[in-house]
Amino acid sequence: MRHEISILIIGLFVVLTTASATAAVLSARAPKPLSATLTNLTQRINAWWVMVALMTVAFFFGRYGMTILFALISFAALREFVTLTHSRRSDHWVLLGMFGIVIPVQYWLVWTAWYGLFVIFIPVYCFLLMPAITALHGDTERFLERVSAQQWAIMIAVYCVSHVPALLTLNVPGFEGRNLLLVAFLIIVVQGSDVLQYIFGKLFGKHRFSPKVSPSKTWEGLIGGLVASSLLGALLAFITPFSPLQASAVAFVACTMGFLGGLVASAIKRDQGVKDWGHLIEGHGGMLDRTDSLVFAAPIFFHLVRYFWTV
Amino acid sequence: MNRLSLRTFPLLQTATSVGLSALARAVTGVRPIWSGCQPSDRQRIYFANHTSHGDFILLSACLSERERATTHAVAAAEYWRKSRLRRFIAEDMLSSVLISRQWTRPEENPISVMLSVLDRGHSLIIFPEGTRNMSDELLPFRSGLYNLSMARPEVELIPCWIENMSRVLPKGQFLPVPLLCRVVFGAPVAVAPGEERRAFLERARAELLALNPRPDRDE
Repeated sequence: MRHEISILIIGLFVVLTTASATAAVLSARAPKPLSATLTNLTQRINAWWVMVALMTVAFFFGRYGMTILFALISFAALREFVTLTHSRRSDHWVLLGMFGIVIPVQYWLVWTAWYGLFVIFIPVYCFLLMPAITALHGDTERFLERVSAQQWAIMIAVYCVSHVPALLTLNVPGFEGRNLLLVAFLIIVVQGSDVLQYIFGKLFGKHRFSPKVSPSKTWEGLIGGLVASSLLGALLAFITPFSPLQASAVAFVACTMGFLGGLVASAIKRDQGVKDWGHLIEGHGGMLDRTDSLVFAAPIFFHLVRYFWTV
Repeated sequence: MNRLSLRTFPLLQTATSVGLSALARAVTGVRPIWSGCQPSDRQRIYFANHTSHGDFILLSACLSERERATTHAVAAAEYWRKSRLRRFIAEDMLSSVLISRQWTRPEENPISVMLSVLDRGHSLIIFPEGTRNMSDELLPFRSGLYNLSMARPEVELIPCWIENMSRVLPKGQFLPVPLLCRVVFGAPVAVAPGEERRAFLERARAELLALNPRPDRDE
């Protein structure tokens, strides 16, 4: 596995260095003051350096690192989601429970690989008990809206995100002890697809995909990004239990889900009247702006692998 | 020095202020939005909406370490002198200025207490609604803001809108929910020549309300 990880790290380093160099050349040639797009591009690339560095460190700590890192990502994402949606004073204890109980329990289930409870803890137990607590408080004003927002918050920010480290619990024959590479594959392909869609969109984008929901998404960006990230998937087949063809198919499904995740996240932001979820990551916005695609891709990827590749 | 003066425990107060600011940032990711003014060492009176004990911690977390050391929150003596612990927290740890509503002796007069702090060159954080507000509307302002400005016109009055704190730590709760907060600092407000008390207070209140970045949402 050490061999594959070295290749990945060198590959990412080369890609980021190329990106930084390109941005520097573009900035040097462009008229001053720099356009907003170019400034944002540099900020985004700088943030990528930090994110890749953090992921790499977490990787070296293996299962511990991944579980803790994604629990923290869930915390940041949940905070952004709950901040944006409506709640009332009487929701205080439910909100506290989402941070103080739901996140720790879900990640403990990931840690102990208790699959049976991991998949139903939030969609069954939290789904039923949280509105019950809200009802017991007796505040019925905008009740359905409040409990729906709470359900969405933990499904998106905790349940879906937790499927990334849960990949480490899958038992793929002939792939024992190398599950970290599945995590790397998913993240590189899905985040790579975001970047590729952005690049294809900026270079060739003409026809808007869905002007009402997200004006920046174009057909050219989507198709170029999906084709390129499927190829990227095939290229990365050597770190997975998949054949190159399978890898590109899985990458295609994951990246399509990722695109839909971005679309849904845009719809929620538009409905709530904001442009970004937060300001945690310079140039990108909040944690959810960066992870919306991963949120939608992770559970589907997890179950594809589990259904077709595990025993 | 009478017992109303600021007691100073420099180490304890610095440690508290650094610790609380770090905590406020970790829990709420608080960000200052300097929309109408810039951070400065000028002597100022920050006035803000008040829904939670966390309000002034959030506001001072947005100031520089140096400014924080000379900026004091004004709080109700009736509440913070109720027990020794509360008094220790308010006066010794947070170096708050406690004022009394039912004052009798002249040196307890809230205005003179606040003026004595200003006269040492320090800044104040005040909540002109006079209490932690449980309703959805900003309450009418009490007169202190006007009186202070008339007495010390050279001190800038800065409106500060504290967002979301009522959801993070509502009145009556002690565990904060981690939600993102912002503090919007507006342009200085001053008493216009000949402006009367009510008109000024109403205008200051409107200036503060206008800073709410999301007025459409009810909290």
